[in-house]
Amino acid sequence: MSTQALPDLERSRRSPAVVAVSLIGPLTVVAGGVWAFVQPYRLTFLDPAGHGFWSLAVEPPLLVVLVGVLFHLVVAPGIVEDVAAAEAETDP
Amino acid sequence: MIPPAETVHWLFATGFLVLGLCQLGETLVGSTVWERRRWRAYLWPATAFGMGLFMWPVMVFFTSSTLHMLAHGAWAQAMMLAGAAELGRVRGKLKDPRWELTVALALFVSGGALLVHEQNSWLFSRAAFLHHAIGWTAIAGSLFPLVRAFRPGSAPLRAGFAATMLAVAVLLYCDRSFAPIFGHLSQLAR
Repeated sequence: MSTQALPDLERSRRSPAVVAVSLIGPLTVVAGGVWAFVQPYRLTFLDPAGHGFWSLAVEPPLLVVLVGVLFHLVVAPGIVEDVAAAEAETDP
Repeated sequence: MIPPAETVHWLFATGFLVLGLCQLGETLVGSTVWERRRWRAYLWPATAFGMGLFMWPVMVFFTSSTLHMLAHGAWAQAMMLAGAAELGRVRGKLKDPRWELTVALALFVSGGALLVHEQNSWLFSRAAFLHHAIGWTAIAGSLFPLVRAFRPGSAPLRAGFAATMLAVAVLLYCDRSFAPIFGHLSQLAR
């Protein structure tokens, strides 16, 4: 790793595009959380009696939270590094 | 062990949510940065292709009418075509930006399939309302990839496409097999 790479990474973390991409996952998680709070009956595991397999396995607010978490952990980190790399190439 | 229709809709909603977030991310950082990692470039076309594949079991198991079967079959083919064409573009095998027209076609066919196989009026039930709303959203949203085929790289058009995917996801998540819409529920649906 070059000595220039870390400052580039720090600088790119503050760029508006990177901040926006970094917020996608957390905002999606918040959306799922708010939905679960407003409509708790959509979370069948809170009251599992009388629900079949599919009702318990597929709970929409949890799916939204899961997608947000995966985006934040899997997709977003690489973008920060790639924005830094792209900026380093265009502005050496 | 066949899932209820509402469960299938929620699973597809999750697929559309993934598509929407990918498009949103690519809009924000640009295609050059987004495609620096090959797996990321393949993410949304592979998801679209996979959703097309999963539409086949829907066609097979949800045969409440011939119209349903034909609509789901057409939808499956259109989604797989769009996903495959985008995979070809990412791989570099297809170079012409007009392959984006397959995405427009997929959205238009999807919207048409939704409208055609919903025989009830808007306020018949929540499911009927959502089929109409998603159908028209998909048809209107097909304009974004249609125009982008001739103006490749346009960020506003990609943003519009992302918004369409997210809107479809929200509408699909709202679906219930048996629920009123704005206080209306037809006696025939009860």
